[in-house]
Amino acid sequence: MKRKDEMPNRFLPREKHSHPLAYFPDYKSSIKRSPQKELLKFPTTPSEESGPVFSPSIIGELDNNLILNHADDGKSAIGQRLLVFGTVRDQHGRPIPDTLIEVWQANAGGRYRHKNETYLAALDPNFGGCGRMMTDANGNYEFHTIMPGAYPWPNGPNSWRPAHIHFSLFGEAFAQRLITQMYFEGDPLIGLCPIVAAIQDEKAVERLIAPLVMEKTVPMDCLAYRFDVVLRGREQTLFENRPEGL
Amino acid sequence: MKKNTLLEETASQTAGPYVHIGCVPNFAGLQTVTKTDLGNSLNIDAFGGQEITIQGKVYDGDGASVLDALIEIWQADGFGIYPRGNTDIAMPSNAYTGWGRCASNLETGEFIFKTIKPGKVIFNQDQYQAPHITFWIVARGINIGLQTRMYFAEEAEANKTDPVLSSIKDQSRVQTLIAEKTSNGNYRFDIHLQGAQETIFFDF
Ligand SMILES: [Fe+2]
Repeated sequence: MKRKDEMPNRFLPREKHSHPLAYFPDYKSSIKRSPQKELLKFPTTPSEESGPVFSPSIIGELDNNLILNHADDGKSAIGQRLLVFGTVRDQHGRPIPDTLIEVWQANAGGRYRHKNETYLAALDPNFGGCGRMMTDANGNYEFHTIMPGAYPWPNGPNSWRPAHIHFSLFGEAFAQRLITQMYFEGDPLIGLCPIVAAIQDEKAVERLIAPLVMEKTVPMDCLAYRFDVVLRGREQTLFENRPEGL
Repeated sequence: MKKNTLLEETASQTAGPYVHIGCVPNFAGLQTVTKTDLGNSLNIDAFGGQEITIQGKVYDGDGASVLDALIEIWQADGFGIYPRGNTDIAMPSNAYTGWGRCASNLETGEFIFKTIKPGKVIFNQDQYQAPHITFWIVARGINIGLQTRMYFAEEAEANKTDPVLSSIKDQSRVQTLIAEKTSNGNYRFDIHLQGAQETIFFDF
């Protein structure tokens, strides 16, 4: 049996205030799909402190280029060209290397490539809307895409989603599993969206809004937006609290 | 000791109804990034444990099956060891993966996993957890992924002393975590988001 000091540390409890309410009637779908009983609180066990590890070999050359990965030879997706980049860290600020990120989004007109999609905006034959990548040794990631369009959705009589990109992250343990959405600085629809408003903490909302970063834009090519992600951290051991070098 | 300042977590947001595009693109009809969807197979042949099939549906508060759910499982192998262990087994490889992902059928809501029965998993130096499989459920209307566990009815002894199950105050709800054995090697595990049979969800 493993000694205690060989076992991974427990994770810090989830910060309730940083997350949306499960039941938020303004977002109609949450009414019948949110647990009504209190969640059972329990410290993480080895079942949550472990998680799947993905090999970088699963990633294809164009997986992180949504402008090209569904386009015919010599063609590219229509829309404002973007570089989206950032760093994945835990709550202690440690970068999380080699972790899988999956992204999906609507096309420039706000339409998804999906059989259940009914919005009248046109499909772009050269845009699929799906990408994935691994963080590098320093927790950094980047992908190229186009600016997704805002789209209407059946919630209220006239509801529109702000432009967004969906992100799925694994971290290094199943306790860190997260799906979220990245929004764009300056989008007036963010403040009108009940999916966003389910998050009560304004600062937590702000952290989902990617700023334009001029230094990372590529002249005559693309604009750049930064989206940094923070996943749950583990409880720290005494060893880890020692200053480096000791 | 100096108290560390912690960064605040990135908020969860719903996976929405089109989660398939990013997580199971082939299921969505997209061969953009991959020919087979990740998590489609747990590579059970590589382990050779007791093969099992788990089928179920996710039900909403009206008792309707959720047709746009994405379900992931994470479990130990037959010896109770999580595939990563202390080694760096990268997936997919020839190793049993322990991780599966399945979208609910768009018409019926049914999900299915072919896996192996996990062994008892370590809890601490002196205690084990009963064999169980971690479930993680996202869908439109679910603002933060829901985590629960599936246990096995035939493990009554181990279930009795399981540290998680025995911490449940209302023991009448424990049965929401126990899969129904429909035939040898086949289990049914339905997940109820609300209502009288609401599944116990965890805040681990
Ligand atoms: Fe969306």
